[in-house]
Amino acid sequence: MCTKILDDLQIARYRGWLGPDLPEAGGAGTRAGTGRWRSCAMLLPLLLACFQAPVSGREAPAKAAQPSAREVDFSRDVAPLLQRKCVSCHGPSKQANGLRLDNRQDAIRGGHSGPAIVPGNSAASGLMQRVLGTANNRPVMPLKGERLGAEQIALLRSWIDSGAAWTDEPVPAAASHSPDREQGRHWSFEPPHRPSVPQVRNSSWVKNPVDAFVLERLERERMQPSPEAAPATLIRRLSLDLTGLPPSPKELAEFLADRRPDAYERLVDRLLASPQYGEKWALHWLDLARYADSDGYEADRIRPHAWRYRHWVINALNQDLPFDHFTLEQVAGDLLPGATSEQKVSTGFHRNTLKNREGGTSLEQFRFEETVDRTNTVGSVWLGLTVACAQCHDHKYDPISQKEYYQLFAVLNNIEELTQDAPLAGELGPYLAAAPGYRRKRTELLARYRVPELMPPWEADMRLAAANPGQRTDWDHAYDAFQKYLDRADKILRKDPTQRTEREQDSLVDHFVGNYHRVISQERNNELKFKELRKALEELQAGLPDVTRAYVVAEEAERRRTYLHLRGDWRRTGIEVQPSTPAFLPPMREALAPRLALAQWLVSPDNPLTARVTVNRLWQEYFGAGLVRTSEDFGTRGEQPSHPGLLDWLASEFVENAWSLKQMHRLIVTSATYRQSSKPRPELASRDPNNVLLARQTRLRMPAELIRDAALAVSGLLYPEIGGQSVHLPVPTNKKEEKPPLHEEGSSKARYRRGLYVLIKRTSLHPQLVNFNLPNRNVSVCRRERSNTPLQALNLLNDPAFGEASRALALRILAERQGSSEERLDYGFRLCMARPPSSQEAAVLRDYLRRQTEIVTQDGQSAQHLLPSALMDGNSPELAAWVGLSSVLLNLDEFITRE
Amino acid sequence: MTHEDLDQLLARRDFLRQCAGGIGTMALARLLSVEGRSAVPQQPHVNPLRFRPGHFEAKARSVIVLFMLGGPSHIDLYDPKPALQRWHGSALPESLTKDLKLAFIKPSAKVLASGRQFKPCGRSGIELSDYLPHLASCADDICLIRSMHTEAFNHHPAQSLLMSGTTQFGRPTIGSWATYGLGCESESLPAFVVLASGDSVSSAGSNNWSCGFLPSTYQGVPFANAGDPVPYLSNLPGVSRTMQRDRLEAIRKMNELHQREIGDLEIASRIYSYELAFRMQAAAPELLDLSKESAATLTMYGVNQEPTHAYGANCLLARRMVERGVRFVMLTHGNWDDHANIDKRLKKNCDITDRPTAALLKDLKQRGLLESTLVVWGGEFGRTPMGELERLEEPAGRDHHPNCFSMWLAGGGIRPGQVIGKTDEMGLNVAEDGVHVHDLQATLLHCLGLDHKRLTYRHMGRDFRLTDVGGEVIRKALV
Repeated sequence: MCTKILDDLQIARYRGWLGPDLPEAGGAGTRAGTGRWRSCAMLLPLLLACFQAPVSGREAPAKAAQPSAREVDFSRDVAPLLQRKCVSCHGPSKQANGLRLDNRQDAIRGGHSGPAIVPGNSAASGLMQRVLGTANNRPVMPLKGERLGAEQIALLRSWIDSGAAWTDEPVPAAASHSPDREQGRHWSFEPPHRPSVPQVRNSSWVKNPVDAFVLERLERERMQPSPEAAPATLIRRLSLDLTGLPPSPKELAEFLADRRPDAYERLVDRLLASPQYGEKWALHWLDLARYADSDGYEADRIRPHAWRYRHWVINALNQDLPFDHFTLEQVAGDLLPGATSEQKVSTGFHRNTLKNREGGTSLEQFRFEETVDRTNTVGSVWLGLTVACAQCHDHKYDPISQKEYYQLFAVLNNIEELTQDAPLAGELGPYLAAAPGYRRKRTELLARYRVPELMPPWEADMRLAAANPGQRTDWDHAYDAFQKYLDRADKILRKDPTQRTEREQDSLVDHFVGNYHRVISQERNNELKFKELRKALEELQAGLPDVTRAYVVAEEAERRRTYLHLRGDWRRTGIEVQPSTPAFLPPMREALAPRLALAQWLVSPDNPLTARVTVNRLWQEYFGAGLVRTSEDFGTRGEQPSHPGLLDWLASEFVENAWSLKQMHRLIVTSATYRQSSKPRPELASRDPNNVLLARQTRLRMPAELIRDAALAVSGLLYPEIGGQSVHLPVPTNKKEEKPPLHEEGSSKARYRRGLYVLIKRTSLHPQLVNFNLPNRNVSVCRRERSNTPLQALNLLNDPAFGEASRALALRILAERQGSSEERLDYGFRLCMARPPSSQEAAVLRDYLRRQTEIVTQDGQSAQHLLPSALMDGNSPELAAWVGLSSVLLNLDEFITRE
Repeated sequence: MTHEDLDQLLARRDFLRQCAGGIGTMALARLLSVEGRSAVPQQPHVNPLRFRPGHFEAKARSVIVLFMLGGPSHIDLYDPKPALQRWHGSALPESLTKDLKLAFIKPSAKVLASGRQFKPCGRSGIELSDYLPHLASCADDICLIRSMHTEAFNHHPAQSLLMSGTTQFGRPTIGSWATYGLGCESESLPAFVVLASGDSVSSAGSNNWSCGFLPSTYQGVPFANAGDPVPYLSNLPGVSRTMQRDRLEAIRKMNELHQREIGDLEIASRIYSYELAFRMQAAAPELLDLSKESAATLTMYGVNQEPTHAYGANCLLARRMVERGVRFVMLTHGNWDDHANIDKRLKKNCDITDRPTAALLKDLKQRGLLESTLVVWGGEFGRTPMGELERLEEPAGRDHHPNCFSMWLAGGGIRPGQVIGKTDEMGLNVAEDGVHVHDLQATLLHCLGLDHKRLTYRHMGRDFRLTDVGGEVIRKALV
């Protein structure tokens, strides 16, 4: 092939990719005819020299110390160097570490670590330090490929020292290297448009537009949807999905007998209106909100007021608080004009972060980590993006730079953590009546133990310790504990005692009483009898009908400056950043408080992600997988939606229905798609093994909490109180446990409350919940694992709680059905599975019952253990056999599965 | 239908891909489609823990990690620093201390020379402290690393870094990676077991044995040393083994009827789980029953004697687990967080652990198990050469020290009788052959026949691995 001589224009255009290849390509000779290339050719020997004699990094600085003797010309000497070595990562398409080196202005402004070029001062120029490898703990540049040779470094140095002259032209990007983010726009970053509902052939199958989208795809694939599930399956499915509880025999019978054409829709409406709806769907939200009743980390202290946030979530869902308000209140409820107490309680969302109270940790480090978690959580819950990746470097796949990460971080970096009174109905009256007496007694008590006299000097010493670390190690330790264990310790300490609120002063006094021993001798401590005082104070406190409190957030009065953190390290700050949202999304509106602006932005009509991400998660709970299967990642590495039209239609429907969650639930569960049988069809197995096309429903093993609930419900043990405190269930373990100040086992009906209320102590989760995949609640999780393990089998077989449920279920069956064993078996099976047993199933159960009665009769001891003593009589072997039978029912795969 | 029949049936079905071996259909499908292991199981099986080969030939079949929580003092146990005597009672020059990460003390804290005597042990002449007389007799069996270093200087993050390769939460730990990579050789015991003793629970709690984002099948199973070793292992009171078997039989028949009706392999997987549970109910008590062990063995481990009993029994159990095909045993002991009174507190922990630890090495060796078992000893960081006074009236202790500390390896794949790395004369920093925790992790996986760079799992759009973006196998440590 004949090589044409290029004209200047063409050369200018192609220089970007011709240039860098020049020394190695060896094609320069054929192209050397033009003036422009002659100048490049002059540089050639220099560049070749560098290649022939690569200089190792360690030697480079010494050799490079001499400025180049030659006069440096930018276009000839420097531009090609920058182009070849720098611009592919620090250029127009990619700005690693926020740096561009293709034009003078940006090069001088620099990146996240500061200015790259200081004209006239090469020693102060970041660029020089980086190519020399003298920058502290930073990698030598360029990161990839050969390092700069001594001569090249000398060139750069004298160019900078002589003022860093630059032509107007930007340095073109090198080569054909395709930058990570120069792809077409990603689907989920485009605003959803409301697609028209597709036409389908089998229109009689369509119950609402959802079905048209699903069927249209099935028809394209020449696949048939599955028939509708049996009515009994449908009511159990609906009850479990909407309320998390199986239907009672009465509800089942009523539904089966209901011949009205809209019986199904009526059932849906009844379930959506029931208060258990809020409990069921709070479950999913609490995974996202990483809700727990303890701090996590080493100390993992119980948070006695955490439940108040969960209480709010349940109520908000039951009232169908529109999702935009649901969002506004949790992200920035405290900043809404005239914020109500409940709107502040909702900001407890931000208080579910882990808190490290481990001695010796840095408060600033863990404040940083909390803000990181808040940033990542907002990113994944509303945007469905893995923004967390950009904490340390620009996101590798999505258009989120590290700078943008810290701009989002800046929005949440001004949070102050507070605890506020959040009384529930009926609490305030008794509290106000009892408070004066309590206060008087407390004052007396403190005076008796000389607290008013001892405390002020301790406070003064504590202030001294804060100001002079390292002088007295015992005070250092005491001050460390003070900061860790008393929230807002420094703020309270610095306030004039007369300015402190009553709660603040009380908390300071309590800390003093509990920790004075750290700075006094053992003898003195015994003499003061503070242990005794502590106990007396606790008793006094226990007698006070207190009001409920809540963990909330507010904005710090003075705005904290936010910096980019190099490599995500809390100690290494880069450039200062301002609160903002990622540039690839529509801009956030300016407002007084950036956090409120962020909340509004999340639910603004232009935000392409929030509605999609939210409806997708709802879908996921009904079908086992979202329309986007990677429900946690809508970015470029996430999966494409299986039904893009349906996702967008649902998202726009959601917004048009004023963000009503209940409307969305209703829409999904009344569809024919949802109502299909979940039975796998062999002919579909090879074509669509994961049921992406939705030619059937999916069988789903129930979440951990709902398995507990189902056992309690069918056995009649369930205590249906809605909301309120957490329940501490004993954890079978040999660990030393902090005694939670909450419900003890057996102290009330509390232990028969739903799984949602079981106390979540992060380092010691209840084994039943762990066995069935409760996330550890350290970070936000939007998709639970569904495992199937032998530990689950042991759990259902041998957990005393399930043993108790089996016994109660047996007694219930026998009490509620007086007839034959057959009838009783039928009734028990219906209670659990909401359907009658097949004749084969009935035969297996009958057989089991008979054999079990024989075994128990032979083994005289068993019945005594299995039954309450009051029930021991001549029939006890038969009764014990029924307990066994009930246990069989509670262990069946079908019992713990939503069919 | 027996389990074998079921197995054959499953193998015949061409829609096997959706078979969910105990980890949920979705999870398995994801696992299979993204698995970074080169040795992807040829056919999914109802048992996700079924044994599978690694990337290359393994030297070790099992791992026992003796995890000493709190950070034992390298200066008083493994790394003699006579130079500290000269500085005892005075502050180190600021130039040496300015970059230290310290939790409680300040850089100006005064040096505390070790009160311990060190002497060369065995043919290899490794110098060990007088607090470790029993380990001294195994000096030729261990490979001591004096140049470990880490980044975190608080317990929880440092433990997390050592076990999961990062201080961040929600990542899988090394035991989970190992069982994810290799499965289990026991069909009746968990693949990854955790045993604990001592007066402190681990700071990172269950995060030390978490499976993170891996399927929960790979989660460590803590064995309690009182009551049921696994939650709900024992039958409920009044339920005899016959009754339980009868009950399980009924459950199986009912599940099979439902399986026949529905045809969902998730039900088959549940049937399998119940069988495994029943076998575990028999296997675990047999495992825990030490009555068949000889009196000499019990004495060697210090079982039924104080202060060694709890830790010694765990060491013995670790050997019994390895014998029975458990892949990964993590044995924790605390608490080594000796901020005060270091001599007394260290002595206490050494008196508890030294003898059983040495007994474990000797016992594994005499049974020919040491060749195939990798034993690892160490904590999350070391302790400062400077002393710390927590309370003025108490003798001094030492603060957390991440810059250098000691650990040792023994057994499968490890070249024994050598010391790797050196620290400077103050015990402040690594002087030679630094070994980052990621390097240690890479080495552990290497001994198991796994390449730490290829053992990956796709999560949130990225292929994660134990060693994050670092880690080099410590070649010097290998046979």
